[in-house]
Amino acid sequence: MHRYLFSKLAQSLLLLFGVLFLVFMMVRVTGDPAALMMPRESSPEQIEAFREEMGFNDPLMVQFGRFIVEAVKGDFGNSLHFKTPAMPMVVERLGATVELAVAGLLMAMIFGIPIGLIGGFTPGGVTDNIGRFIALMGQSIPNFWLGLMMILYFGVELGWFPTFGRDTWHSVVMPAFVLGLPVLGQIVRLTRSAVLEIRGEDFIRTAHSKGLEPKTIYTKHVLRNVAIPLVSVIGVQFGYMLGGSIYIEAIFSWPGMGGLLEQSIGWRDFPLVQAIAVFTSVIVLALNIVTDMAYSIIDPRIRYGR
Amino acid sequence: MAKILEVKDLVTKFYTLDGVVNAVNGVSFDLEEGETLAIVGESGSGKSVTMMSLLGLIPMPPGKIEGGTAHFTGVGGRHDLLQMTPEELREVRGGQIGFVFQDPISTLNPILTIGEQIAETLTRHKGMTKDEARKHTIKLLGQVGIPDPELRYKAYPFQFSGGMRQRVVIAIAIACTPQIIIADEPTTALDVTVQAQIVELFKQLREALDVAVIWITHDLGVVAGIAERVLVMYGGRPAEIASVDDLYERPQHPYTLGLLGALPRLDARESKRLVSIQGTPPDLLLPLQHCPFAWRCDFAFERCWQEIPSLIAVGERHQTSCFYDLEKGAPRDV
Repeated sequence: MHRYLFSKLAQSLLLLFGVLFLVFMMVRVTGDPAALMMPRESSPEQIEAFREEMGFNDPLMVQFGRFIVEAVKGDFGNSLHFKTPAMPMVVERLGATVELAVAGLLMAMIFGIPIGLIGGFTPGGVTDNIGRFIALMGQSIPNFWLGLMMILYFGVELGWFPTFGRDTWHSVVMPAFVLGLPVLGQIVRLTRSAVLEIRGEDFIRTAHSKGLEPKTIYTKHVLRNVAIPLVSVIGVQFGYMLGGSIYIEAIFSWPGMGGLLEQSIGWRDFPLVQAIAVFTSVIVLALNIVTDMAYSIIDPRIRYGR
Repeated sequence: MAKILEVKDLVTKFYTLDGVVNAVNGVSFDLEEGETLAIVGESGSGKSVTMMSLLGLIPMPPGKIEGGTAHFTGVGGRHDLLQMTPEELREVRGGQIGFVFQDPISTLNPILTIGEQIAETLTRHKGMTKDEARKHTIKLLGQVGIPDPELRYKAYPFQFSGGMRQRVVIAIAIACTPQIIIADEPTTALDVTVQAQIVELFKQLREALDVAVIWITHDLGVVAGIAERVLVMYGGRPAEIASVDDLYERPQHPYTLGLLGALPRLDARESKRLVSIQGTPPDLLLPLQHCPFAWRCDFAFERCWQEIPSLIAVGERHQTSCFYDLEKGAPRDV
């Protein structure tokens, strides 16, 4: 178990390094921040001086080395746009992003798991058909479009929910719904197919042959086995929701990390983009480790290293 | 000896998208207290489905039991299993009739300890508390030959070998001291040496518990070692029922004869080629209109293509469903 955890940590560090490298190189492909940062009437000498000051004239590898050394010390540089340290700004936005992701995930789980379970136990039933339709819609409707349509109908026409920002709990409903719907679809499908598969297993026949009550068989033998794939998917999806809510935060002007990332890419604010990417990667990697731990609690085959 | 199970004219069909599969087409047999009956036949001959049908273990739908009776004389008196409600059947299953299945790898729940999986049968049927069930389970583990039962109680199935897992499955089957154990090819998935151990364990337990065993297999070699009587099935119908000695010495059905011919013998004087039965098993999608074996039978004559033979008594507790008298070399006059 400890060895397992240790190897997971080592893998995560390696992955993190890879992410740092990719992000570092890719933001530098987008263009020259000096052109955007400096006033239009700046002379070529002034722009050159800015580049020199920021270290953009050094070879890329030297710049990367400097970035890594500073990052290990916890310094991700100053935002070019805001002129303040980048990382504290990111951390400040974390709360809003987590709130959105948790709300979206809870919605997906609260509706998705029961619908999937009912579908798996009574395939072809009314709930199953409705659930599968919702799952299909959830997974196939592009969520930026859905977000815009919801703003139009529920925000502008009906006025039920605010169209942007983060004020009362009303504000979170629409963005969380849009963010959670594809996940809900996936949870419905996965739960349903897992229940169907486990119900057909030989050990369920064995449980029936012991004369156990169906209730006992479902809870003790089926559900615990269904939980294994479910936990891993929910963990991965939660990571996605934290890091991937960029459109949705932008559409709903949600003051989270995704919105900030969208803006900072526009500004070519290298340090800020890097800080967000690093921070999001750390969160996702940490989540993966937590998921693996949860996994091993449910499944003894992993707990005992097999 | 009192009859503990009497099955008559059992018919089970599966309504699939391809058509109706006539899995069991009128099977009759009975079982006495403490007796071991082997059910022999090739894959698809209806051996397993027959036993699963009796205890409501076939998936319904697509499965459907369309006829027959199956009187079981258990704790609550003599009742027809096929008329029981699901609740009544659950009392019988695991409590009075235990099961051992073919593949011990997949028949145990991978994420529950083996102890839990045995103990839950005890709490269900014997009304034991968790602690009593645990103590009794440890005793059972010892009884089926698992070393360090106290320690092994907490082990998971994947930590056991195939033979050990099968012992666990047997412990589940005998947990509530049933009157019948139905063993569905319990040795097929195991190594030959482990097979012998499991057969030996069965013999011991049968003596110790005085339990009747229905042993489903396609291995006639194992049958000779453990069973008293044999039911040979073919195409969802009984072909022949006889004591082991009768069956091996004077088989009365061409199919039995063919099976025995396909069996290698250690005491054969000269080396002979093993004879295989020509042709393929019957297509169960076609409704039965004549003897299911007629296609492959060397002795088939006109009548075999016109009628479905039912069981004919040919000796004391020896029945065959064949119109041809192998001993006389002529059609029977029945």
